[in-house]
Amino acid sequence: MTSRVYQTAGIIIKRHKFGEADRLLTLFTADFGKVRAIAKGAMRPGSKLGGNVELLTHSQLMLARGRNLDIVTQAQAIDIFLPIRDSLELMSCGFYLSELVDTFTEENVEDREMFDLFLNTLRELAEAGEGERILRYFELRLLNHLGYRPQLGKCANCSRLLLPEVNYFSPAQGGVLCRECGYPDMGARTISVNALKVLRFWLRSDFATASRVKLSIELTTEIKSLMREHIRYILEKQLKSIEWMDTLADGGHLNGDMAADQL
Amino acid sequence: MNPDFLTTARPISRLIQELNKLPGIGPKTAQRLAYHLLQAPPERSRDLADAVLGIKENLKLCTICLNITDTDPCGLCADETRDVTKVCVVEEPIDILPLERTRKFRGLYHVLHGVISPSDGIKPEDLRIRELLERLNRTGITEVILATNPNVEGEATSMYIQRLISPLGIRVTRLARGLPFGGDLEYADDVTLSRALEGRQEM
Ligand SMILES: [Zn+2]
Ligand SMILES: [Zn+2]
Repeated sequence: MTSRVYQTAGIIIKRHKFGEADRLLTLFTADFGKVRAIAKGAMRPGSKLGGNVELLTHSQLMLARGRNLDIVTQAQAIDIFLPIRDSLELMSCGFYLSELVDTFTEENVEDREMFDLFLNTLRELAEAGEGERILRYFELRLLNHLGYRPQLGKCANCSRLLLPEVNYFSPAQGGVLCRECGYPDMGARTISVNALKVLRFWLRSDFATASRVKLSIELTTEIKSLMREHIRYILEKQLKSIEWMDTLADGGHLNGDMAADQL
Repeated sequence: MNPDFLTTARPISRLIQELNKLPGIGPKTAQRLAYHLLQAPPERSRDLADAVLGIKENLKLCTICLNITDTDPCGLCADETRDVTKVCVVEEPIDILPLERTRKFRGLYHVLHGVISPSDGIKPEDLRIRELLERLNRTGITEVILATNPNVEGEATSMYIQRLISPLGIRVTRLARGLPFGGDLEYADDVTLSRALEGRQEM
């Protein structure tokens, strides 16, 4: 049987031990979307694949189609995003981004726009050295791209134009509700004028423009919990890496009681 | 005897199947081992079976370092010639072996039994980090050497532990990054590991 060989750039979004020294990789590739492949011997020191197929590496890959799983025959790292690896916070953002991409995509569905968005986000993350704003922008673009764009212009229920006042946000209704519709809706929460403005601005901005917005701590927290609720509603579950990010943001204490008896 | 008949004989195919599940043993080797046992004296099989069962029945975790052991404390923790002021933190019990082979480290160990892996839902609480912190509080350890695997989870775990330890005023070092990134400590060669131990750096 002849196996077909193909080449593409890809980002490693998941990897598991497979057999003794092999890795089962989940790649998000530029040309074939999400692909699962085996990297043989990748865990042995001196393996040519090794660091080139490490999590969150952008690599040029040569793959061979196998009967069940494709096999990575060659890999050459293009960007390892070193600043991300050197920071616990950024690495955690990276864990979250890969879980997000993995959860929202199907295998073997080509999606170049998604790949570019993901790659640009990792570059931004490595350059900016700060994650929260970048994660939120990514979430919004991802939802927008996959057809889950929250309705931000008019009330998602009565279509009335939203006034510049505190409105409501309902994941179930798919966007913002006016005061009349939002107040009695138990599943809705408030959204501030500024949060709404930022989300609208991000939806029409590229990375460079979006990064000009400076967020206060309150606004960062508000947008974060808003997006989190929205994503959780769409996926009907919470992503696993969120708990870890919260632990870190919390000062990283084990179960919260470590600070008192350790310091 | 006809080998084809033998391969289909249930007890043998069952043994082949079980052997085949072991790391490094392919179907061919499994077959060879099974036939070897078939022809060997019965004591051979009995000794092997006893040894296999023995690892489950007689082993426990050392209450000090959490290494797998048949005595408590384990041989390393009980050894009075070891330097009790240094503790080397590893992911798994098997990681102690290559480090010991280098003979460069005379301190004690602490086994985490895993690494933080957020997307697999493995949290700090799932590891033996609490035991490490308690140990640091209780004993006169002055240096912690972080020897997690040189990959993203290993590094995240080390950075996290470093963050927890730093307020205690204990020196924290990590193995030098001469180790191939994305690899696994278990497979590192002795020279690389020796250099890594010598070149450990402040975090
Ligand atoms: Zn309305
Ligand atoms: Zn011990």
